Amino acid sequence: MATTSAARLPAAGTAPARRGRTGRIAPYGFVAPFFVLFAAFGLFPLLYTAYVSLHRVELQTSDRMDWLGLQNYTRLLDDPFFWNALRNTFTIGVLSTVPQLLMALGLAHLLNYKLRGRSFFRVAMLLPYATSVAAATLVFAQLFGRDYGLINWVLSTVGLNPVDWQADTWASQIGVSTVVTWRWTGYNALIYLAGMQAIPGELYESAAVDGASRWQQFRHVTIPGLRPTIVFTVVVSTIGATQLFGEPLLYEGNAGGGISHQYQTLGLYLYEQGWSFFHLGRAAAVAWVMFLLIVLLALLNAAIAARRNRTDR
Amino acid sequence: MRPFRAHRSTAALGAGALAAALLLTACGSSGSAGSKDAADGKVTITVDLFGTFGFKESGLYDEYMKLHPEVTVKQTDTQDEGQYWQALQTKLAGGGGLADIQGLEVGRVAGVLQKQADKFVDLKTLGITNEDLVAWKGAAVKTADGKVLGAGTDIGPEAICYRTDLFKAAGLPTDRTELAAKWSTWQGYLDLGKQYAAKAEAGNAWTDSAAGMFTAEVGQQKVRYADESGKAVYDSNPGVKTAWADATKLVADGLSAKLPQWTPEWNKAFSTGKFATLSCPAWMIGYIKGQAGDAAKGKWDIAAGPGKTGNWGGSYLAVPKTSKHQKEAAELIKWLTAKEQQATLFTKQGSFPSSTGAQASIKAVKDPYFNDAPIGEIFSESAANMPAQVLGTDDGVVGKAFTDALGEVERTNTAPDAAWKHAMDNIKKANGS
Repeated sequence: MATTSAARLPAAGTAPARRGRTGRIAPYGFVAPFFVLFAAFGLFPLLYTAYVSLHRVELQTSDRMDWLGLQNYTRLLDDPFFWNALRNTFTIGVLSTVPQLLMALGLAHLLNYKLRGRSFFRVAMLLPYATSVAAATLVFAQLFGRDYGLINWVLSTVGLNPVDWQADTWASQIGVSTVVTWRWTGYNALIYLAGMQAIPGELYESAAVDGASRWQQFRHVTIPGLRPTIVFTVVVSTIGATQLFGEPLLYEGNAGGGISHQYQTLGLYLYEQGWSFFHLGRAAAVAWVMFLLIVLLALLNAAIAARRNRTDR
Repeated sequence: MRPFRAHRSTAALGAGALAAALLLTACGSSGSAGSKDAADGKVTITVDLFGTFGFKESGLYDEYMKLHPEVTVKQTDTQDEGQYWQALQTKLAGGGGLADIQGLEVGRVAGVLQKQADKFVDLKTLGITNEDLVAWKGAAVKTADGKVLGAGTDIGPEAICYRTDLFKAAGLPTDRTELAAKWSTWQGYLDLGKQYAAKAEAGNAWTDSAAGMFTAEVGQQKVRYADESGKAVYDSNPGVKTAWADATKLVADGLSAKLPQWTPEWNKAFSTGKFATLSCPAWMIGYIKGQAGDAAKGKWDIAAGPGKTGNWGGSYLAVPKTSKHQKEAAELIKWLTAKEQQATLFTKQGSFPSSTGAQASIKAVKDPYFNDAPIGEIFSESAANMPAQVLGTDDGVVGKAFTDALGEVERTNTAPDAAWKHAMDNIKKANGS
């Protein structure tokens, strides 16, 4: 092996064996920092969490661990609050992801036109994304306030009844989804815009020559050309929605996710188990279930994308 | 292309520097849990509290620093005790970020004694014995082997605070004795509420929340959520059930402003007058002053509440073992909880003393903010009739579950029976492990 690889080197004549070895090891050295860090801060916590999830561990007595086997997992399946959180994660995920991506697509389409001050609008799109979750959520929580919120004030001026944006199930889920949508729409719009600009202009020109309207161009040129980008954003948004945590936590400043847990997501449920009730073992089990769920979703997405690509050809 | 790359690398450099700075400050803050001492013997004592203890507001820290020029006291606080407790537990488990002095709510001390006695300094070794306190207050923080884990600050004798201007507008009497007689029972309180609601402006409720009334009523029982043997009785205790029935009746009669306590909306309502009465443990006086501010001075008044007794809350000061200034912290605690300071705190802030010596000296105190109400007299009588409450390890969790369930009844029209079941489920979820 050493000689064959050394033979490929141009200066193979001088000390071939030594050169060959360093030549082979050096790349590993270059990539090592990432894998060392990953092992220390990614893999180890993941495995340790799995270990913890098989025990009864309480935050207040965290030096004591009692072996439970899979009990933390089986209890989870019996827990109506877990299923409630799973359901909420799904509905809030749909409520935030679907309008978010549709709006992003529309915005990207508009930004793709030649318009005055284009770069200003493009940069402005990113501003919500640059805002911290905490700041954005706190502002929205004020807007959605029941007694003094701007939104209820507007509703009352047009003669509608005020809505309890915190206590009502759908209203609170819409409230949380609004924050998510507000923050991520611009981000996705820019990704779509980048994808749109990679679509060759000739396609549009020939479509125009064939008499296609703007809308037909959008449907028959833009959308097919964007398909890989759309798949990417759907995957990323799905993962983001599954992990949703900061927005619902700060919406009322409460890990319970509302008085009836009506907008408690899986992320919040995990946090509540660990840091409100101090059951670290069970929180670890929730973390692993979430991890597996995300892997499953990513695989599912990939499978769907692969199938679509095949049928297209 | 070139300038762009240059920008990028300076940006990366900037980001790196920022990360390094964050790391440094993070280390700095975790290390400085009171350890920022210069060579000149100066000591900074950090105090971490919840709600409104009133030490700062009544100038006690300033006075202490004047008496001890080498000491600087720094206080941080969280309004909501639930959030404070959560953060405290995380810090205790990690061992970092703890202040030299941490406040403990009375509903939590039973759990601390049982599970975390080894995390706090035995204050007896530093000269704090709680001997001057009312008996149950001292006994509640004493471990079986005689350690003293906290120094008693205040207790929470109950009364009712009310808005004289709103009462007048609704044609109700405003005289404290007359009112105390009318609401000598909770039924009387509800009846008067109905009279108020019939005449009051729309959007001006009788009281802030069903939870406030529920907690006050449960606070009149000797046994609340757990009995003397430590057995959970929250689901069967008739006292709890009566309080639940009364609180849901309050909602059914439309007397609640439906404001969850300790939230920004609740805080705002103190100055806008969204409710006319409030279950008022003594420490609530300081909270009202803080939230309603000078503009509401003279509008509030206090009268003896139903049953003229009850206890809601009250606190302790404890020193975590991680503190590097245990002796100095204990000195400060000793001074803050001495009878003279407890008396000052009551006069200025309304926090009712747990020290018997201080209790004897404050009987004649009146509060100008509350129309010169004889708060000394009212709260002393309430405290004198107070039951020696049995404290359970899960009082905090159980209380929160009932509070949330009452919130469901008033805000989402959940039937009381269904909400009661939710409370039971939530308690089981929190406790079962």
